[in-house]
Amino acid sequence: MQFKGRDVISIRDFTKKEILHILDTAKYFDSGNYKEHMQGKIMASLFFEPSTRTQLSFGTAMKRLGGKVISVSDPSTTSVAKGETLFDTISMVDRYADIIVMRHPVEGASRFAAEAAQKPVINGGDGANQHPTQTCLDLFTIQKAFGKIDGLKIGFVGDLKYGRTVHSLATALTHFKTEMMFVAPETLAMPKEYLDELDSKKIKYTVTEKIEDIINDVDVLYVTRIQKERFPDPMDYEKVKGVYIIKKKLLKNAKKTMRIMHPLPRVDEIAPEIDQTPHAIYFEQAGNGIPIRQALICLVSGVIE
Amino acid sequence: MKEFKISAIKEGTVIDHIPADQTFKVAQILRLGQYDDVLTVATNLKSGKMGKKGIVKIGGKFLTDKEVNKIALIAPSATVSIIKNYKVEGKQIVKIPDELDNIALCINPNCITNHTEMKTLFTVVGGKPVKARCHYCERCIDTSELEIK
Ligand SMILES: [Zn+2]
Repeated sequence: MQFKGRDVISIRDFTKKEILHILDTAKYFDSGNYKEHMQGKIMASLFFEPSTRTQLSFGTAMKRLGGKVISVSDPSTTSVAKGETLFDTISMVDRYADIIVMRHPVEGASRFAAEAAQKPVINGGDGANQHPTQTCLDLFTIQKAFGKIDGLKIGFVGDLKYGRTVHSLATALTHFKTEMMFVAPETLAMPKEYLDELDSKKIKYTVTEKIEDIINDVDVLYVTRIQKERFPDPMDYEKVKGVYIIKKKLLKNAKKTMRIMHPLPRVDEIAPEIDQTPHAIYFEQAGNGIPIRQALICLVSGVIE
Repeated sequence: MKEFKISAIKEGTVIDHIPADQTFKVAQILRLGQYDDVLTVATNLKSGKMGKKGIVKIGGKFLTDKEVNKIALIAPSATVSIIKNYKVEGKQIVKIPDELDNIALCINPNCITNHTEMKTLFTVVGGKPVKARCHYCERCIDTSELEIK
């Protein structure tokens, strides 16, 4: 397995073996007992679109590894706004930093940047396309909670049409023997393209509009936000907005070991009363972003194998 | 109805069995608009197999693999014959390649390839109809929906 010098652009670029190695490496960092592997190294954090949480998480990961961070957080004030091309920006930063983290609103921008740069590029999100470190931390969270991924029933609820975290996680889960259950209003259903992919890999799945159909059956419930602006007709939003709110009452007959995940930020799709139950692991999930990003930073930098 | 005779060419390429509605598109992607040697473009010809078909005969021109790949995208049923001395010298295989290297545009308006001066690349993933995935935005697209570059 060769990680040194590689880019982390899409979960599709990694084999099952490689994904498991990333999770294993994250376990090492999660133990808290590690060296400052990135001492003397600089990470460039290029956020052409704001995402406080992702940027904080990458910055924390790098600093805990003893490295330094240079960043562009407000693209409107930079030379990018003055018409400098992405290629020029990347080519310049490539000579400043040892590793580049980039978030960009245009899909494929990270792949393009990775091709322009000599140094490893980690995709912190490219439009509606990929957010591979989120996918890895989601897998890590499941593995940590259950000690395994194989054999689990994983339910997805909310906006499955536009939710890139759902798409990437479902793609990644095709490497494992899981059963997937998709709960969404028809207008926000899981795109056919992804279901075709599951079919071709003979993965068992169900599609339903009712959360009650699956709630007592799932081991993991992955909740995403339904955004008002996704609905051409505001009436349609009003119809579905309250339907998928996760409350204690709904979980009455759920498995005791069932765990609820959410990529955050949440609005009101998970009631605060859930936070104190053992089902809630979404804050821990966010925390898992640190060891996962530490693992990826160190692996592609070649400071660990 | 009287059969319409299309004159033979001495040297060049004959593209036959084009779906009738794609005939002009084939001529267009090969940029034959300004072509100054013998060129025949005929369409809505009767065909046993296809009902109606088109045919393009280009005197004095042989197609590159890239050009044949482009034809495969919009007219996978087409046949391409190489003509030398009025005889069919050989056929070029019309098959969608594994990779579409800079021959088609991505239909995703938010794809980097539509925001920057750059090459496009698609990986053909198969299926029916044949789909290809953009190397950049990762959108999976029916090859018939792709616009030829
Ligand atoms: Zn694209």
